[in-house]
Amino acid sequence: METVADLAAAEDVLLFVNAAIASTGQREFHSDVDAQRWSLEFLHEYMLVNYRDLYAATLTLSVNDRNAATIILRLLQTGRDVSPAQRALEGRLIAKALRALPTNRVYRLFTALRRERVNNRRTRAIMREWLSERPDLTFDAIKYRSAFRDAVRHAHLRVDDLPHTSGDAAGELAAVLFNWRSTGRFRTPQFETWRRAHFDRRAVFELPYTVAEGFAAKHRITRVEFLEKIAPQMTRGERLRLQRSAARVGATGVASDFTDLSRMPLTRLAAFVLALPVVVRESRRAELAGALRAAALRVVGPRAGTWGSVAAVLDDSYSSSGSSEKRRRPLVVALASHFLLEALATEYRPLWLSGDVDPLMARARGVTALGDRILDGLESRPELLIVVSDGWDNAPVGMAAAVLRVWEERIDPARSTTVAHLNPVFDAAGLQVRRLSPSTPTVGIRDAENLPELVAFARFATGRTGIAELRAHITAQVDRWLAEEAPCAA
Amino acid sequence: MRRLTFDGLQAQPGQVWGGVRLVPLVRDEPIESLRLHPNGFPDPTLDDGYRASCCYTPHGLVAEWTDDGAAVPALGTALQMAATTVRKSRKPPTRLERRTRVRFVPHHTAIDAFLPLSYRGPATAWSEWSTRAFNRGLPQIGDKQFPGHAVEGLADALRIFEIHPGQCGVLVYVADALAAAVVTPHPDDYRALHPTLVEDGFGELIWRYANLYREVPDFEVHLDESAIDTVGDLRAAMAAARREWAGSHLGIMAAGLLDTEYHFTSDYWMAPYTLWRFRPRFNARREDGAARAHEPHVGEAITDDDGRLAFLYTFRLSETQSRRARLLEHLADHDWNLEDTAAAMGLAVPALAARIDATGYGDLLRQDVMDRFRAMNVRFGR
Repeated sequence: METVADLAAAEDVLLFVNAAIASTGQREFHSDVDAQRWSLEFLHEYMLVNYRDLYAATLTLSVNDRNAATIILRLLQTGRDVSPAQRALEGRLIAKALRALPTNRVYRLFTALRRERVNNRRTRAIMREWLSERPDLTFDAIKYRSAFRDAVRHAHLRVDDLPHTSGDAAGELAAVLFNWRSTGRFRTPQFETWRRAHFDRRAVFELPYTVAEGFAAKHRITRVEFLEKIAPQMTRGERLRLQRSAARVGATGVASDFTDLSRMPLTRLAAFVLALPVVVRESRRAELAGALRAAALRVVGPRAGTWGSVAAVLDDSYSSSGSSEKRRRPLVVALASHFLLEALATEYRPLWLSGDVDPLMARARGVTALGDRILDGLESRPELLIVVSDGWDNAPVGMAAAVLRVWEERIDPARSTTVAHLNPVFDAAGLQVRRLSPSTPTVGIRDAENLPELVAFARFATGRTGIAELRAHITAQVDRWLAEEAPCAA
Repeated sequence: MRRLTFDGLQAQPGQVWGGVRLVPLVRDEPIESLRLHPNGFPDPTLDDGYRASCCYTPHGLVAEWTDDGAAVPALGTALQMAATTVRKSRKPPTRLERRTRVRFVPHHTAIDAFLPLSYRGPATAWSEWSTRAFNRGLPQIGDKQFPGHAVEGLADALRIFEIHPGQCGVLVYVADALAAAVVTPHPDDYRALHPTLVEDGFGELIWRYANLYREVPDFEVHLDESAIDTVGDLRAAMAAARREWAGSHLGIMAAGLLDTEYHFTSDYWMAPYTLWRFRPRFNARREDGAARAHEPHVGEAITDDDGRLAFLYTFRLSETQSRRARLLEHLADHDWNLEDTAAAMGLAVPALAARIDATGYGDLLRQDVMDRFRAMNVRFGR
């Protein structure tokens, strides 16, 4: 039997894990940036001070990139009083987490480390190790030049010690970073293009898109011309992102040639679909639905059709429109979850709050009347009921909680239906993701791809498990995670 | 017509944000033949379903006449046929030939001008009154208007409010005091007008409440689980809870608006619709003997021939404003006879004169009479 302190500790940890998954420190529908950041920073500080080992271990629990970077920063900032064993474990966790983070996030983290004046031996070693594993430093030197240069300086690295991809770049990397103006021509073609782009308009269009954008402004190249000519250099994601804005300014080269959605991750694809106007969604219906189904199947893999009967209550109320920074994010997660659950379940029943039956046409509108829809879902007695909602039940307030309570106490005391609530929104004022009812497990969600793991994790979120059990789960997760680790030098 | 009714409208569960409670009103069936003027909609290309025989434009919106009408400012809500022109305006025509817009006085300014109209200005000494009003303007209302932006929490509450399907109106409570009521004939009209609510004017009382009371309680649903054994029971209990809430809401929280007796003056009549302006009967006593209206709302309403409310826009007077309105009403009732009015109000005559002076109508009394009262007030204390 756990003591109250145990339960409270477990609740604290879950509070943080949920927040670290759901919140990105951006504006949400109900709370502004400052509130989000303040609440999140508070939770980080609280965890670091009270549960340092678990704080480091949350890197394995699919927290979002922003929070992973913050965790790493805070761990590196405060390594002094930690035992050597713990420090070694943290080092391995951090190295592994850095490899999973997107490049720009890591460079931003390095910049933050520099700004915070964190320059201990461990930090320098971690930076060195990460940089020496980069596949293409030539590219990094152009695209992330200032951040790369600062990282090299901050970590006291000798550029010549870093492994290089091509022989020519070997001597020139330092020159590009530190004194390219006095070097003259480079032998490495990328560097030479970049150098020429400073004064030659034509060279701009041979650079990567994001690098070229700055030079385009410098050379006063119009947006249309720029987009038309840079189109061949764009990556898949950039093309997709710029398709519509390019069409608006009249650059047809970008707009027309991209229709391949087959390799997009599920949640990204859902965001893309929901950003399209209704007319376009209607006309490309088969293609979009097919791509979403395929993406869901790729995520699910061998687990397809193994979940039995599932019902899902999906929130498309007005509050799922998110904010100007996270446009339609809750709705995006709901749509992606819809396709994922469809793939996972043998028998699936989606229930949108608005009563719509066409998920592709989903739009954020109307009230959050969760109570009725939850009862609709429960009535068919599925094995699992998933609620994807921000938890602002307002028509009327507390109806969902009342329904769930009565259902558990009177109608289904044997708990034949498992209910799990996935909440894509961190409620800054309440310092947690908003719960539906005290007995229903609620976990944060950021990408629908993590839904199966989160539903499994949800059993800890009922307030009945103690810290020991949770710690065991997280430790097992850490061991599993680190077992995949490639042996490394440092 | 003495009272407002919400026949055909149902209150739905309210949404609370800080000290603001917004209670949606849902219409059983929308009114199709009276619609917001097409220019009230942000998108001029309207749905095919838009077939109005009669249009209205509320306070503060811009309407565009179909012909080359002169740009006259219009005060208050206007009711017009779909293609009305303003040809007989006595204002000189605008030089811009193609200008076909009529600007409505914005809500907060309009209220300032609108209130004295509904106050019943003095009927005697009209020439003095009009000279004075012409030279010096109308007496100040004495109270600032606060735009919705300035009312703490209202902008956020309106931003995050989730509009009900079929919603045709809203009751705005600040610290659980009814601040405004809006009813529109059609859900699309409401959707178009919802964002403009934050630009409306609110009285000083509401502003003060918003600053003082940052939280109001949410009414949470409680179901009695002991009586529930089946899904059917549960559904019935949910429906009952909802009904009970809606009924008690209009009966209790909106009582100040619905139970008060009003003077209605009909301003326009068009097709089956009538535009009314209303103000409370300040000196009417209720049946139970309780004194006058305790929640003074003034506003405009459009009703159809059956008395069904198609459009409503209200403004809650502050205490100062309602005191002043009450005084004017008493004076008008007794034809500005000071003795009679003072007797009716239970005051001494000099005290009444002091009140008249304080509200800015002192010039209407003869100078020597007023001076005598002032001297008495000084000598004997007030």
